[in-house]
Amino acid sequence: MAGTKTGTKNVLHMVRRSDMNRGKALVIRLIAVLLSLSVCALVIVAITGENPLSVYSGIAAGAVGTSRRVWVTIREIAVLLIIAVGLTPAFRMRFWNLGAEGQILIGGAATAAVMIYLGPVFQDWLLFIIILAVSMAAGMLWGLLPAVFKAYFNTNETLFTLMMNYVAMQIVTFFVVLWEKPKGSNTVGVINQTGKEGWFPQIAGQQYLVNVILVTVVTILVFVYMKYSKQGYELSVVGESYDTARYAGIDVKHVIIRTMLISSAVCGLAGAIIVAGASHTISTSTAGGRGFTAVIVAWLAQFHPVAMIATSGILVFMQQGAIQIATQYGLNENASDIITGIILFFLVGAEFFIRYRLELTKVETGSAVGENK
Amino acid sequence: MAVQTQPAAIELKNVTKRFGEVVANDRINLTLRKGEILSILGENGSGKTTLMNMLSGIYFPDEGEIIVNGQEVTIRSPKDAFALGIGMIHQHFKLINILTAAQNIILGLDGPAQLDMKKIREDIKALADQYGFELDPDRKIYDMSVSEKQTVEIVKVLYRGADILILDEPTAVLTPQETERLFQVLRNMKKDGKSIIIITHKLNEVMEISDRVTVLRRGQYIDTVETASTDENQLTEMMVGEHITLDIERTEPVDPHRRIDVRGLTVRNREGLKVLDNVSFVAKSGEILGIAGISGSGQKELLESIAGLQPGESGQILYKDPQGNVEELTQKTAKQIYDMNIRLSFVPEDRLGMGLVGDMDLTGNMMVRSYKKGKGFFVNRRQPRELAEDIVNRLDVVTPGITTPVRNLSGGNVQKVLVGREIAASPAVLMVAYPVRGLDINSAFAIYRLLNEQKEKGAAVLCVGEDLDVLIQLCDRILVLSEGCVSGIVDARKTTKEELGLLMTSGRKKASRETVKENPQNGAVSTGAAAAGSKEAGHGRD
Repeated sequence: MAGTKTGTKNVLHMVRRSDMNRGKALVIRLIAVLLSLSVCALVIVAITGENPLSVYSGIAAGAVGTSRRVWVTIREIAVLLIIAVGLTPAFRMRFWNLGAEGQILIGGAATAAVMIYLGPVFQDWLLFIIILAVSMAAGMLWGLLPAVFKAYFNTNETLFTLMMNYVAMQIVTFFVVLWEKPKGSNTVGVINQTGKEGWFPQIAGQQYLVNVILVTVVTILVFVYMKYSKQGYELSVVGESYDTARYAGIDVKHVIIRTMLISSAVCGLAGAIIVAGASHTISTSTAGGRGFTAVIVAWLAQFHPVAMIATSGILVFMQQGAIQIATQYGLNENASDIITGIILFFLVGAEFFIRYRLELTKVETGSAVGENK
Repeated sequence: MAVQTQPAAIELKNVTKRFGEVVANDRINLTLRKGEILSILGENGSGKTTLMNMLSGIYFPDEGEIIVNGQEVTIRSPKDAFALGIGMIHQHFKLINILTAAQNIILGLDGPAQLDMKKIREDIKALADQYGFELDPDRKIYDMSVSEKQTVEIVKVLYRGADILILDEPTAVLTPQETERLFQVLRNMKKDGKSIIIITHKLNEVMEISDRVTVLRRGQYIDTVETASTDENQLTEMMVGEHITLDIERTEPVDPHRRIDVRGLTVRNREGLKVLDNVSFVAKSGEILGIAGISGSGQKELLESIAGLQPGESGQILYKDPQGNVEELTQKTAKQIYDMNIRLSFVPEDRLGMGLVGDMDLTGNMMVRSYKKGKGFFVNRRQPRELAEDIVNRLDVVTPGITTPVRNLSGGNVQKVLVGREIAASPAVLMVAYPVRGLDINSAFAIYRLLNEQKEKGAAVLCVGEDLDVLIQLCDRILVLSEGCVSGIVDARKTTKEELGLLMTSGRKKASRETVKENPQNGAVSTGAAAAGSKEAGHGRD
């Protein structure tokens, strides 16, 4: 023992939790949300030098300050939610559809095309139905390709769907030039501004109520499909193991393609909701990264619909708030990205603490340092 | 405290490790003397591997002391363990396939920027010669057989200066000849003063190699005995905690008739190698047909071909139902067989990878074979839920409830769920692959009883097994596969283990000579085959 320094020191260990229940998990997530809000405020205060309370009220005002802002926030939540819902069947099948961005764009482009070319021809109710059908079909087309290649040649769907995003972006660039209005502006401008042909109808004077209803219906349908249908059961077996699926007598190829068609159809529909239900224009930033944000929303919520509403809710709330702060204190549009980043950091971190806990253990020092060979 | 003249290599005092509420090791005491071979014996789930993982720095004990060479130590990582001279050879090798043996051996070690590979190779060769290994330092891992990979793992820890070696079930993947060679190496190391712990649940190996035996049961330390003063019966009793009769009741087949008729079945795998070569046999109702063979001789492909999961190249599979109608199963998929209303149950070797859905609960897993039942778009969960409850009750499945994902159950309980489901379909044909692998003795015998029950109900049972003693006791006839060929079908009541062992290897030379012409790689496949079947049972009988 002589010559060995002894003493004690504390070491940290990661210990897997076994005592986690829903209530505790919820508390941890709430703490994470509170922490993220405080850090967001700190960052903004550090930049602007303003009183944190006024920063908070600025965020709240930006998100829910006026009835119009409330509706914009709801509209954005609905869009993020439906994309996350669309991703759910594919993800449950462990088909990593990172192509929501492209599926949204192509669905949006199809919607814009219907509005421009068929807007003057058909009645509003017919246009509405055509838009829903065409946008879903366009999304499906974008999902069909990677699904077929995955099913028949086992190609990597992550790269394939990701690449399809760029193809969609180029196609939209082409149409932006084609539909440019006014000439030389390099934008499409608001489509059918005067007649509002193809715009989603107003219900009870609310412009975005149709969006909300559509998203609610789709969300319920998808979750009933996932939970109670034979097809939903099949896709979760396929997600677990192709061998088990074959053993169960499931046609794996068929299920991959069918599930991806559903997933991409919903994402295409999201494109229609953005174009015909919100912005009434099309550009390469129509999807605006929401195809990727939705991946995180779906994951964090572990595909649970109510949790998805909560996650997309807090993200959108802070983003909308950030837009307000940015104008109020002269920050640029990146402020919103920073805030999203901070929130996600804490939410993802919370998942770690739900699964593990850190423990301090006292150990003897010096003793582990045995004689080196 | 009195200083011993010769301190023990390792001493564990009251070591406890918990995983949540599960106590994997409960105040374990253990002493490894210098220069001895100590066996740690226990059934699956008794905490052997957990205990050793604490010595090798993978887990950290919650309580207790670890004393190495007379000094109390804290082992926080595998690096700490190596610094103390403790090296562990894991059951699943941790090697990088595309690197050579020498590269794997030095991987992770500190060294100069410019490696002197020549000297490293020489050092490795010297080590190999010293203990009697055969090892080419320049061979890539992917070219090696299982036993060669194990050699690399052992040399890896020796190269790091380990003088305490822990081997986790080292013989599970070896043929009898390879096991004998390993034991010779272990004896050489012991002579050289190394201290060795060997984890196993095979009694005959314990008797053969070790000086002393420490027995664990359900995380508890039971006792340590001198090997010379004990026998297999006593060890079994210590391991299981009760005296059990290891007899399987076998009834005479009643009114057997043809159920499955396989004629000239040939199957190639993805690489184009023949895994089944002109296989013909008949499985009869009311009997258990055992299938024996060195692992990888085509057992898996044979069952999967019948189940419609493996397309064949040529040959026929016929099914004769109890009414005498003959249906052709050749080239049918599992779905088509299901649609033909043939009650064919299959317990595959890979339980969670093929038979069950790990992330789903028990109810969901009951539905794997039956979810299509009934018309309509939606699934019916009521019947599966009742079936799950019934299986849990009838087979004593240990689970918090039927909403627990099966992945969280222990191996034995997973197997009960799977076998229970397949039997619930009251099969006309029941195929099981390694039905008791990983099960404790009592569960294993419960499964044997279930198979016998099915036989008595008139099912044709096909059972792939690795334990020849069990096959001889359980089956009516035994088909032996060797290199994908049927090398014999024998009467289980008259055959001997020796006869089966000969049949298992008989096709080997002949077959490899034939296949070498077609594909020279075949040799590598056969050397890697494990011969668990030819070894004596882990379950200690006589």
